[in-house]
Amino acid sequence: MVKAMGIDVGSTTVKVVVIDKNKKILFKHIENTKPRIKEQVKEVIGKVKERFKGEDIPIISTGYGRKLVEEAKKSMTEITCHAKGIYYALNTTGTLIDIGGQDSKVIVVEKYGRVLDFTMNDKCSAGTGRFLENTAARMDIPVEKIGEIALKSEKEVKISSTCTVFAESEIISLLAYGEEIGSILKGLHRGLITRIVGMINSVAFTPPLMLSGGVAKNRAIKEMLEEETGYSIKMPEHPQLIGAYGAAIISLEQNI
Amino acid sequence: MNVLKKLKYALMTNLIGKPYLRIERKKSEKKIAKLFNPDSPLNPPLKITAYTKEFVSSHYFKGRYIEGVKPVAWVTSGAPIEILKALGFFLIYPENHAALCGARKVQMDLIKTAEKEGLSNNVCSYVRTDIGSLLSGRTPAGKLPKPDLLLACSNICQTVLHWYRMLEKHLNIPLVIIDTPFVYNEIEPHQVEYVKKQLLHSLLPVAEKIAKKSLKEKELKKVIKFSKDATELWLEILNLCKEKPSPLTVFDQFVFMAPIVEMRGDRETVDYYNEMYKEVKSKVNTRKGALKRERRRLLWDNLPIWFKMRELAVKMAERGISIPISTYTYAWGELAPLMDLKKDEFEVIAKVYLSPILNRGTGHKLNTMVKMVKEFKLDGVILHSDRSCKPYSMGQMDQRNRLIEEFKIPAMLLEADQNDENAYSEEQIAIRIESFFEMLGVSYG
Ligand code: SF4
Repeated sequence: MVKAMGIDVGSTTVKVVVIDKNKKILFKHIENTKPRIKEQVKEVIGKVKERFKGEDIPIISTGYGRKLVEEAKKSMTEITCHAKGIYYALNTTGTLIDIGGQDSKVIVVEKYGRVLDFTMNDKCSAGTGRFLENTAARMDIPVEKIGEIALKSEKEVKISSTCTVFAESEIISLLAYGEEIGSILKGLHRGLITRIVGMINSVAFTPPLMLSGGVAKNRAIKEMLEEETGYSIKMPEHPQLIGAYGAAIISLEQNI
Repeated sequence: MNVLKKLKYALMTNLIGKPYLRIERKKSEKKIAKLFNPDSPLNPPLKITAYTKEFVSSHYFKGRYIEGVKPVAWVTSGAPIEILKALGFFLIYPENHAALCGARKVQMDLIKTAEKEGLSNNVCSYVRTDIGSLLSGRTPAGKLPKPDLLLACSNICQTVLHWYRMLEKHLNIPLVIIDTPFVYNEIEPHQVEYVKKQLLHSLLPVAEKIAKKSLKEKELKKVIKFSKDATELWLEILNLCKEKPSPLTVFDQFVFMAPIVEMRGDRETVDYYNEMYKEVKSKVNTRKGALKRERRRLLWDNLPIWFKMRELAVKMAERGISIPISTYTYAWGELAPLMDLKKDEFEVIAKVYLSPILNRGTGHKLNTMVKMVKEFKLDGVILHSDRSCKPYSMGQMDQRNRLIEEFKIPAMLLEADQNDENAYSEEQIAIRIESFFEMLGVSYG
């Protein structure tokens, strides 16, 4: 049976997806990125091959470490793969927001998952998952919880530093002045969302809005983005896997 | 004293300089041959490439011995130099010198020197490079002659005004500033009058006094004619790049444009572009492109990234991406039709120097880009958002959006800097470029 594999080697996690010829996901896997990426990738792919023994599955790699995947036939950028992946995951054109650990991107997706326009926040961590992760760590709260806490808070304090490092010291002083954790977290989310909205405004935006990346699991991000933009946001079933899924689809298309 | 200097100048430039530079040319011919081996995605460059280096170097070489022989002026790239040329001035263009430092990759040390002396890293990197060179005395040109006069024109940016005032203070010599009001739509007669007045009443008396002679109309006409001829040839050369495959890429043009900036008004410059035209034309006739395989054609907006030229040229060529033209290289050619030899010279000069792309609205640049995309049959635009050059980069965000939304032309912003390597992030830029190429249907392996 025809199959294809996509592997997304990101700065935070490595994601693998295997699909069949109808683009249905047969296998998926996520693990944290380790310092020795080459070896890690080899091992991961080895395990997948083990599972689909005897089958020749073509691989396309993507993500920051895409060039380190020796087993891949080809590597493609995250932009191309995300566009492809989201188009088939949600069956629609539109504008995808992907908030990853290291960068965020906004991609305008056309028919068949072609890219019409894109922009990236790659200069500064303030619009990325790292921004939330770092500050959550500062407050000693697990990152999975911060969205819920932020949403529960009625009050919201303004965090004026857009820089992750400076925001950290700002938070410390806010805490020292007795501000509630919830309202600080809400302010932090607002800071990130404002950045993302700026990016959306700078591309050739077409609705609907779609969301992917690890941060998509955070409910506050989705809700606050909807509130800021006035559009409801569509989410795929596996937001973190969109890049790998897109890579697998491209691999499939190129091998049929 | 001056006779001695003149003798030394003649001896050094003719007897020593010429043979020395010829040997240098042979060396660069060999170097070029090595770079363009059979595996290179680029075809061998024009034969005139090696001579270009010799030609430009000869100018700097003369500069080493020129003090006391001819009056020297340091000028901005868009300064009305025809008047100075006609008075016999030898000219140095600090912007070109900074670009030379960038292309030779010696600029970062100079930039550091300038920053240590207090220049902010927000200041244009050309200024930092040149001030660093002035303060340390280091330059790949050997030595720059001390100027007797500074001439700055506001038609490219406001930065040059501050820069030249700094030079004025440091060198303690006269500075003439020509103020060219911004052109929103068409050039107005009162603007021409205003600039003309400054040329006649601010620049001319000071320049004549330093040159110790008065301006002759015949001389001025001659210089304007040479400027016009060279500029026209440059325009014709660039227009040949409308052909598919393009005989030149913008990376060639960035190198070839040096004489049109710093040696315009000379007869040799006209000869140089004449030769180049013939060579480019024969390439077109035999359908030989700059790239071995041209798959997509793009427009470049803004200055080059001098310290990354070769890498970018190869990276693009490997994917079959050709950049046949840029708003920057074309801007010089566009001035040619304005040089009407039948009109009053000062009026012509005023008009020409009111017209540079940076002295016009952002809408004008957008229209220029759209027109170029059509005429040069291009598939997209790369807008280099140059941290240094604010006037060139201003408006690019809107220009990019309108290219995409209104004109359906794919476009991408590339954030970098012409000379400052600290504003260049390798991996991020690689991803942007690759993503853009994939979007254009040209993917990496
Ligand atoms: S700001 Fe731009 S126009 Fe002005 S000197 Fe720098 S590069 Fe040239």
